[in-house]
Amino acid sequence: MKTAVQTEARARSIRLWITSGPGLFWIILFLLIPSIVLLGIGFFTANDYGSPVLPLTTTPFQQVAGFSLLGWDDGNIIILLRSLEQAVIATVVSALLSYPIVFFIMTRPAALRPLLLLFVILPSWTNQVVRTYAWLELLGPNAPVTWLAHALGIVPPDLGIAPGAFAVTTGLAYNYLPYMIVPLYASAEKLDWTLVEAGRDLYASGIRLFWHAVFPQTVPGLLSGVIFVAIPAFGDYIVPQLLGGDKSLMIGSLIANQFTETPDWPYGAALTIITLVFTGAGLVAFRILTRRIGGSGEATI
Amino acid sequence: MPESMTSPPPPVSAAPRGAISLSGITRIFAGAIPAVDRVDLEIQAGEFFTLLGPSGCGKTTLLRMIAGFETPDAGRILISGREMQDVPAHQRAVNTVFQSYALFPHLNVEQNIGFGLRMQGVKSPERKKRVDAIMELLQIGQFATRNAAQLSGGQRQRVALARALVNEPEVVLLDEPLSALDAKLRNELQIELLRMQKRLGMTFIFVTHDQHEALVMSDRIAVMSKGRLQQVGPVLDVYEKPRNVFVAEFLGLSNIWPINPLGGGLAETAIGRLQITTPIGAERLAMIRPEKIWIFNADNTPANTPNVFPGIVREAIYMGAATQYRIELATGGFILAYDTNNQAAERSWRAGEAVAVELKPNNIMLIDA
Repeated sequence: MKTAVQTEARARSIRLWITSGPGLFWIILFLLIPSIVLLGIGFFTANDYGSPVLPLTTTPFQQVAGFSLLGWDDGNIIILLRSLEQAVIATVVSALLSYPIVFFIMTRPAALRPLLLLFVILPSWTNQVVRTYAWLELLGPNAPVTWLAHALGIVPPDLGIAPGAFAVTTGLAYNYLPYMIVPLYASAEKLDWTLVEAGRDLYASGIRLFWHAVFPQTVPGLLSGVIFVAIPAFGDYIVPQLLGGDKSLMIGSLIANQFTETPDWPYGAALTIITLVFTGAGLVAFRILTRRIGGSGEATI
Repeated sequence: MPESMTSPPPPVSAAPRGAISLSGITRIFAGAIPAVDRVDLEIQAGEFFTLLGPSGCGKTTLLRMIAGFETPDAGRILISGREMQDVPAHQRAVNTVFQSYALFPHLNVEQNIGFGLRMQGVKSPERKKRVDAIMELLQIGQFATRNAAQLSGGQRQRVALARALVNEPEVVLLDEPLSALDAKLRNELQIELLRMQKRLGMTFIFVTHDQHEALVMSDRIAVMSKGRLQQVGPVLDVYEKPRNVFVAEFLGLSNIWPINPLGGGLAETAIGRLQITTPIGAERLAMIRPEKIWIFNADNTPANTPNVFPGIVREAIYMGAATQYRIELATGGFILAYDTNNQAAERSWRAGEAVAVELKPNNIMLIDA
């Protein structure tokens, strides 16, 4: 005969499966299994068509580290650093742009705010490729912005801003801006205005008032935004592919190339796994760091 | 120092530091009835002044206008004789203790207290000295490096007070600072706050809806209702000689009857004919506090004394220090009376017992509706 305690424990475990099951299923199907498959492919040898064949080898991972038949090459390290740099700049730019936008929306009448927020999110409902092509036009050789760049001597005549590193930064910051604005808005909406009054009461105004009384309250949203922007920007494929050109190759494009243009599946798989490891490590490091600098400021996703 | 230290406007009157003068202050939110309506008020330097009233009476709005968080739609505010019209909150030598304390969650106790000094550009050795001194005064030194979230309500309240006092402001504004605390702690902090104010000699403006708190702490009280000042005066006057029904009832229990003057200090009321010492003027109501009523056993009724009425106790509520009686008078109507329990139990009466009450003529006040 079952005791009440056993029945209760059983019910609890059923509840646990029902609530966490779908999420677990999703992660296993779309993250874990593909990653394991890729990890496996990473240990095969590429044949002439780039497909994985036996024997098993660690060559793809050596390729990732920069070793090839021609000796060591810093190409991959540069691409990795460039991806990191682009992700950091895009994150900083989108954060700087988000604050004025968020506070503009917040100070509008309550009825208008959801609409304004919708305008922020709306572009991300259209295809990223289409929007990136639009930027290609906007920053191309015959665009007004480019004329200005020509006049200032930033870009040589006859060339556009795109393709180029600056165009990539612009494209990334633009593309992931909503992912910064939304979490930031969520935390700014909960802003305790009494703290702002306390700041004013204690002789703070202007930028110092913002820095001491407003900014700390938005840190949780900002940190979420940083994660939402930095990680996808780091591995973005479309923006560097369309706006980057040959000299602005990023990790996403490098991986894609191994499955399309110059097929080498095992090398592409190894690159993917290493990128995944880097991203995961970065995420963990970021969490530890933010937990250390501010007890209340831990990033929530 | 940065922008915040532009020089304050020159004094327009020779008022001492910490004196406040309000004239014709009006604040109207979104076309509704005024939250604050033509308030004129003089607060002396070094005074513990209380704004007392029910929620929504405009007392907090008035306080916020003194702090600079709200701008009056009409009227004039002088602090220490200086016109405050164009002086923003961060330039006023006024500090607030907020109802929610509003301690910065990302700063520890010490940093919270030192914040105002830091913003004023007081450098570290001096700043630390002053922060330490105020923490010692309020006995919160042992929490210096704690986060605000790790403190109890009473400790937070002390930190909030320290954060205001450390700046040595001309005026300290307190917006229901004790309302979140339990009764015992509240009583302790009331006394402590009062001692602190007397010791530092700063002007305190205290906002509360608690009449008991107002009575305990204030030098003077302003009773507010519907944006208007109902009565301003020393605690004793406001309690003992309320001007109208609102003040009388807000500050405590009272018996109030309409009167019909008969001349010669006599007036007809619902409980019978009353003799009243105060000259009967335009007021049409008589008021007496329950504790000013003498109760006698029926067989011990004083003779040849005015305003003695026989009655029967209908309700006796024992409240520890005193008992509250509801007595039905033979002449009609009910009267509320208090009697302190300073004698043995035989001086208490039970429901149904026959008694007599005496209303001494000089204890009967005349008030407006």
